[in-house]
Amino acid sequence: MEGLISLAVKAVFVENLALSFFLGMCTFLAVSKKISTAIGLGISVMVVQGITVPANNLILTYLLAPGALAWAGFGDVDLTFLGLISYIGVIAAIVQILEMVLDKYFPPLYNALGVFLPLITVNCAILGGSLFMVERSYNLSEAATYGVSSGFGWALAITAMAGVREKLKYSDIPDGLQGLGITFITAGLMAMAFMSFSGVKL
Amino acid sequence: MAQTYRSQLVDPLIDNNPITLQVLGICSALAVTSSMQVALVMAIAVTLVTGFSSMFISVLRNQIPGSIRIIVQMVIIASLVILVDQVLKAYAYEISKTLSVFVGLIITNCIVMGRAEAFAMKNPPVASFVDGVGNGLGYGLLLMMVSVVRELFGSGSLFGVTVFQTVNNGGWYVPNGLLLLPPSAFFVIGLIIWAFRTWKPEQVEEREYKIQSVEAH
Repeated sequence: MEGLISLAVKAVFVENLALSFFLGMCTFLAVSKKISTAIGLGISVMVVQGITVPANNLILTYLLAPGALAWAGFGDVDLTFLGLISYIGVIAAIVQILEMVLDKYFPPLYNALGVFLPLITVNCAILGGSLFMVERSYNLSEAATYGVSSGFGWALAITAMAGVREKLKYSDIPDGLQGLGITFITAGLMAMAFMSFSGVKL
Repeated sequence: MAQTYRSQLVDPLIDNNPITLQVLGICSALAVTSSMQVALVMAIAVTLVTGFSSMFISVLRNQIPGSIRIIVQMVIIASLVILVDQVLKAYAYEISKTLSVFVGLIITNCIVMGRAEAFAMKNPPVASFVDGVGNGLGYGLLLMMVSVVRELFGSGSLFGVTVFQTVNNGGWYVPNGLLLLPPSAFFVIGLIIWAFRTWKPEQVEEREYKIQSVEAH
């Protein structure tokens, strides 16, 4: 249990997907102009991340890992090279299913999050989460914790960024830095701030 | 065709750079730039994947149904990335370890998807290939610019060859440790964008709010 808590804290602050691994940067920079949209996107990422990382973990353990197909009689088959294509397939499928389920049963939620869901398929943070799960060989409970908390970390980062940018638009910035340039510098300063968590151990 | 192959190849380098202007593919641009060798491998991998995925998608563009095109594109891109990943693991294992998940993340690199969607679905194969390679090179150019700054001032070397003798090795140069850390990539790219836009003022973005000058009486 303690291991899981420290894993979660680490995933939110120390190894923040957006600010220390630069994952999901395209959407991070493009959709962080208003706080309300940023929160909506952040929550969607958290939900999708929380589902896809454990789902991909199951796929890895029961279908792809060396010897995983023993239950079907193929004990010596190693399908790990098919990893990338399966993970992205699972992500695309889950996003699609989530969109349909939300549309059918939770229309208000769909209206709030619906526009962001297609964006999430191509969000590197989601695929990155699954790949980190594989690289660090998490088990199922660790994968679920990691999924939710890394999604939360990403949501936190984009919300903070949107807050800064809402104030920033009133300031007098040199012409060449206007827009994208100053956004990069802001993100850099935020990343430095997040680095101060790096000594935290639980 | 109005655009020649040459302009297709050269345009994305500066005038329409995928990173500084189209805001595509930033994710991996930042993480792999602390050493030039790794950045070069990444740039080559992305250029190959963008070029060939654009070409294959363009070959199939009349057969792909509109409603499932994203998934079809994903499958094509993912197969190419698996190929790159396996080649790297076989011939450059050390570099493939350093790149870790970022080779896999070429799949979701917005440049590849963006060019497939914006260009390859509407144009013939050869033009799409050139367009893909051009954008890959534009990405590579920025990657190399960032990594030159980071490696030279961060560890005093280029491509692993010592240029400035660092203090630890009995030299004179005190390396700037910040440049090896992730946040510096943001600053370097931000400053490069500033430089680009000072050079080519037509790229400057409109202000949302203008500060009005008050006349002193």
